[in-house]
Amino acid sequence: MSIALYRVDDRLIHGQVVVGWGQPLDASFIVLVDDTVRASDWEQDLYRMGVPPHIEVIFASVDEALRRLPEWEAERRVGILLTGDLDTMAALARGSNRVGKVNVGGIHHRQGRSERLRYVYLTDAEAATLRAIAARGVDVTAQDVPTARAVPVGEFT
Amino acid sequence: MSELRGVIISHAALAQALVSAVGAITGVDGALLAVSNDGCDSGALSARIIEAVGAGPAVLFVDLPGGSCLTSAVRLAKGKADLGVVTGVNLAMLLDFVFHRDVTPAEAARRAADAGGKAIRVPAA
Repeated sequence: MSIALYRVDDRLIHGQVVVGWGQPLDASFIVLVDDTVRASDWEQDLYRMGVPPHIEVIFASVDEALRRLPEWEAERRVGILLTGDLDTMAALARGSNRVGKVNVGGIHHRQGRSERLRYVYLTDAEAATLRAIAARGVDVTAQDVPTARAVPVGEFT
Repeated sequence: MSELRGVIISHAALAQALVSAVGAITGVDGALLAVSNDGCDSGALSARIIEAVGAGPAVLFVDLPGGSCLTSAVRLAKGKADLGVVTGVNLAMLLDFVFHRDVTPAEAARRAADAGGKAIRVPAA
């Protein structure tokens, strides 16, 4: 089944990911791609605290993720891959042909961003990044939880 | 030692509801503040917590033992003796806390965890 969800969420591992998506997908592993978290044992311990023991958490840098994507895609288990920002997801989409769908799950307010959806705030440059990912043939939608409507990229960028 | 402040950090409106419930039961006002993670990334949530904590000392009561509320709370409290963190916040631990705020944050967090845990029972029907 491999990676069932490629998600951009600035809160990284949290309730919507572990429970909201993890339960219906029956996820067995979560890959967190973030260079900063990958370099910090303390940060990794913090994120592991929110994950039940039956779900494996893999921390990867962008370079490691690009190398290991084929391995994770070949997994028999169901996985979720998370990035905390659009640039990281864009790097994965550019660097491999493995990313077929991107779920924008939560990008929150920050100076310079404007509200596109209740849970998606983007600068114009970030909106362009999403459109560029979509232009590679990737299906980009926004959807915070599985029961919500998947909003096509053209409707919020 | 100055009396501790309690800051409840939760998803949605849970924290505010707990503050209201404690006030209704005890009549104690001002001991607890509510912080919601609604609409926040980790930076915005941290700013809300810092504002609620003020000059401290304080105990941070977090709803779940993982997720954005906990990660923000633990990051803020790391290495600070004037901040304690406890997860799994419930009404029972808050009721105990508001009457026992003249201890260190670490002691208060341990006491809260004990009081909250003891309140979870399966009574005979």
